[in-house]
Amino acid sequence: MTKSNLTRRGLIKTSAVAGVGLATPTIFTASSVAAFTNEPTGSSVTLGFNVPQSGPYADEGADELRAYELAVEHLNGGGDGGLMNTFSSKALKGNGILGKEVKYVTGDTQTKSDAARASARSMIEKDGAVMITGGSSSGVAVAVQALCQEAGVIFMAGLTHSNDTTGKDKKANGFRHFFNSYMSGAALAPILANNYGTDRRAYHLTADYNWGYTTEEAVRTSTEALGWETVAAVKTPLTQTDFSSYIAPVLQSGADVLVLNHYGGNMVNSLTNAVQFGLRDKLVNNKNFEIIVPLYSRLMAKGAGANVKGIYGSTNWHWSLTDEGSKAFVKSFGTKYGFPPSQAAHTTYVQAMLYADAVERAGSFNPCAVAEALEGFEFDGMGNGKTLYRAEDHQCFKDVLVVRGKENPTSEFDLLEIVEVTPTEQVTYDASIFGGELGACNPGA
Amino acid sequence: MEAIILQVLNGLDKGSAYALIALGLTLIFGTLGVVNFAHGALFMIGAFCAVTLSRILSLSHEVLDPGKTDFLGNPSKVNVPYVNDWFGEVAGSAIIDWAVPLSILFAIPVMIVIGIVMERGLIKHFYKRPHADQILVTFGLAIVLQEIIKYFYGANPIPTPAPQAFTGSFDFGAMLGFDPNVIIYPYWRIIYFAFAALIIGGVFAFLQFTTFGMVVRAGMADRETVQLLGIDIDRRFTLMFGLAAAVAGLAGVMYTPINSPNYHMGMDFLVLSFVVVVVGGMGSLPGAVAAGFLLGILESFASMREVLEYLPGINQIIIYLVAIIILLTRPRGLMGRKGVMEE
Repeated sequence: MTKSNLTRRGLIKTSAVAGVGLATPTIFTASSVAAFTNEPTGSSVTLGFNVPQSGPYADEGADELRAYELAVEHLNGGGDGGLMNTFSSKALKGNGILGKEVKYVTGDTQTKSDAARASARSMIEKDGAVMITGGSSSGVAVAVQALCQEAGVIFMAGLTHSNDTTGKDKKANGFRHFFNSYMSGAALAPILANNYGTDRRAYHLTADYNWGYTTEEAVRTSTEALGWETVAAVKTPLTQTDFSSYIAPVLQSGADVLVLNHYGGNMVNSLTNAVQFGLRDKLVNNKNFEIIVPLYSRLMAKGAGANVKGIYGSTNWHWSLTDEGSKAFVKSFGTKYGFPPSQAAHTTYVQAMLYADAVERAGSFNPCAVAEALEGFEFDGMGNGKTLYRAEDHQCFKDVLVVRGKENPTSEFDLLEIVEVTPTEQVTYDASIFGGELGACNPGA
Repeated sequence: MEAIILQVLNGLDKGSAYALIALGLTLIFGTLGVVNFAHGALFMIGAFCAVTLSRILSLSHEVLDPGKTDFLGNPSKVNVPYVNDWFGEVAGSAIIDWAVPLSILFAIPVMIVIGIVMERGLIKHFYKRPHADQILVTFGLAIVLQEIIKYFYGANPIPTPAPQAFTGSFDFGAMLGFDPNVIIYPYWRIIYFAFAALIIGGVFAFLQFTTFGMVVRAGMADRETVQLLGIDIDRRFTLMFGLAAAVAGLAGVMYTPINSPNYHMGMDFLVLSFVVVVVGGMGSLPGAVAAGFLLGILESFASMREVLEYLPGINQIIIYLVAIIILLTRPRGLMGRKGVMEE
């Protein structure tokens, strides 16, 4: 006779454990055959391009997709090879990645963290994507980066400018080529001091979310170190469309500089409103009133039209750069699509290339091998001069561009002019200042 | 004192937009009994009428400029607008510069036709359905309309500036004896407020002093009796839908220099405009206008730094807070008819 120890409580506990096990997505469970998540076994490898295809940043997302398609074409040996010709690493041969044809799937982030995670998860689980890349928001980047860490795939971030992406929220599987708020502040401050002097009173309008806070902090710290005084810093709702009630009191405050820590539609509207109010025509404290936009995007500048004229900001890359890498990319992209690429296109193209190159150098798609190949990797010829993927936080360090809205644009693309290429040393910081832990690389198996 | 005057001024132009949209919403609700969530999309389409006319007026042919090169190093092409060829450079440039005011003439027929097609093609099928069905179908329509606009015009805002003559701002402070630069207000926003006042006055005069308007008002009060008198009130109500669409469209046209239009701008105004209608009183035209200005001004005051220091986040909830208080204490709204929304 056998005696069963099964009790009602025990049955419920066992069922619950089994239920959780069954409900856990397969990407979070170990595979008994594959060495890592989505190990490519056939003649092709799939990359996942997760970009905003709908929502307010859809135009930026469309440019990212164009760049990814161009990168895939070049990786598979098509077109003119683009930046493969100027890239200092010569591991890529134009025969795919490790001899496997590069295929891709796309997801729509909608610039919403939950939607971006869902599309990334779908590309990893259903389409077998071995790497996820793209995006146009720091909130999305942090959310998708965390998912990729759990899933055991590499995340090559697109446009994300918050310090947190490679600061307190950094992950071992995530890598950022784009610059960040700290770098914008460090690059901008000396130029602002040179042009506007060190005795200035600044008024900040800051988008009420993570990126806004880090950008305000970076610009404040950098400008105050040069002698500027911060008169006030007012948070504005992300959903705000008319900024008149925030801009009207600026002159009353005694400020002679307005810093717009806004991006996208917020930037277009706040800058347009500020110019409408005639702030730039005013003389305050015996100085011309000035406006600053710390982060510029050419696509966004287009939305603000003539209002960007003469206004300083920073950007990751611009098509008017004359180095060999930038020229090669502009030629390649411009020939294919008929217009110059945006910084979003450049960053995402470079991220796809850097991933492919790291796989070739590592000799494996294993995310831990790829991460090791990217950590501390120094390269050149990709359009930003000598660049380092710092091992400690997976942040790229390269020259930062300070730009100004062009007074006499010759075309709809010719909106910004480069004022200074700030050297890497000036924007480099200690990896520990923004906190966070990289943790261990997760291969997913 | 300066700060108060400044925020009242700011509230007036914001309130103008709310009032114009809410006026159209109220006209539709008062005549047809339909809760039209697509009304914000009509505001957005009006703005894109200005964008479209601006693009039509700027239609150009390319002329090679051998002295310059494009981004690929090829000879640069210069766009020469056809209006410059036809009317000379000075007159052609002036026509393009005045695209937004000219769009008023373009938008009126376009918006009336869109309104009538919308009402006859879709909304009339939902007259006898519950308000929830009307909200669902009109909200769906709004999303379809904004996606169509996004398909053709992209997701980025499109700058559509005011004529050069109206750039810059007026120094109210200097006029009122305060320090210069303390109370400044952009010329275009003054024009927007005056334009809104004109439209609102025009709609009221139309309803008050014309036979058509009298019949519509009678129909709003007692539809069945008016029909029993042999008057085709449905046709008049359809035209009122067209008129409401035109009012929303004109509000959109004139708003384009204030904020660059984008496909999503209608949604940004829609919810707030509904709150305005509820606060003003469902079906009350004066209520919609009064509540539009009231809430616009309140929103401006709530955005003041001094207020935000004591009540952080109040700028994001002030309008809804007022709506809750009004609905709790006076369910029919500020100027709503007794009995409406009170059961």
